[in-house]
Amino acid sequence: MDIQTIVDISLLTLLAVTALILLRLNNLLAAVLLSGIYSLLTAGLFVSLDAVDVAFTEAAVGAGLTTVLLLGAVAITGREQSVTRHSRILPIAVTTVTAAALIYGTLDMPKFGDPMAPIHTHVAPRYIEMSGEEIGIPNIVTSVLASYRGYDTLGEVTVVFTAAIGVMLLLGGVIKRKSKPKKHE
Amino acid sequence: MNNRRSLILREVSNVVIPSVLLYALYVQFHGEYGPGGGFQAGVIFAAGVILYALVYGRKKTQKIFPTSVIRYFVSIGLLLYAGVGVASMFMGGNFLDYNVLSHDPQHGQHLGILLIELGVGITVAAVMIMIFYMLDEYAEKK
Repeated sequence: MDIQTIVDISLLTLLAVTALILLRLNNLLAAVLLSGIYSLLTAGLFVSLDAVDVAFTEAAVGAGLTTVLLLGAVAITGREQSVTRHSRILPIAVTTVTAAALIYGTLDMPKFGDPMAPIHTHVAPRYIEMSGEEIGIPNIVTSVLASYRGYDTLGEVTVVFTAAIGVMLLLGGVIKRKSKPKKHE
Repeated sequence: MNNRRSLILREVSNVVIPSVLLYALYVQFHGEYGPGGGFQAGVIFAAGVILYALVYGRKKTQKIFPTSVIRYFVSIGLLLYAGVGVASMFMGGNFLDYNVLSHDPQHGQHLGILLIELGVGITVAAVMIMIFYMLDEYAEKK
């Protein structure tokens, strides 16, 4: 076994272990920290797949900022998960059916790393061959994100913007209402 | 939040925070050559500011990055991005077609990418800091 396989297997094993522990946890604080670890392991996997840009984002957003923001949310809502009283059969059934459908969907997908996969024969060759001339920057990922797919990135930034507006409306609004003279309820 | 954190925490973050902010700028302007770009840079910058807020308290941070200013930057980044698109339309190209931004198409692409990445970075950093402020303020009022 080469070193890459060993790294991949150990990362995937740790990922599965983290996910299983996450399932069993009732302490939300620990769950948030573990999901940060989960993100960090995923980032490691992305590095192993040579997707450093994605790994970078996953490590910074998933393992870093999201953890802090979720900790803030836990500070507001409380550390323990409330006990669920309904039956667990329905959730388990929904999850099983969804997982089965997803696995069924992967059956006719091209093999991992297949050079003839549709994704490698569509626009990717053109980006790889032409971006040096057309855009003239070494990082093709940046060329695709910022130039070829500029609309998509504009949409993503709009989504982030909308998230901020949502949080400001939800949390900021409540603060203002509370500081007004008591008139409600 | 109280700002009487432990000495070790403060000293370590005094070393870490400037490097984090500087690294964010590096990722921002080096995204064309290495991994990274506006999104990652914005997140890293926000992480540096949030670390400062966690160690020294939100009130102190808001003296440097006031909520009223951050609120404007949330939209300035997005407007900068869309503005580059509108500018390229005025200069005779399609929306977000950077080729027309300069007389040489490649220079135009460089300029366009630099500006829109800056827009992404500004919005992402401002949004993350804003959400943190909001959560922290809410937790305090509660």
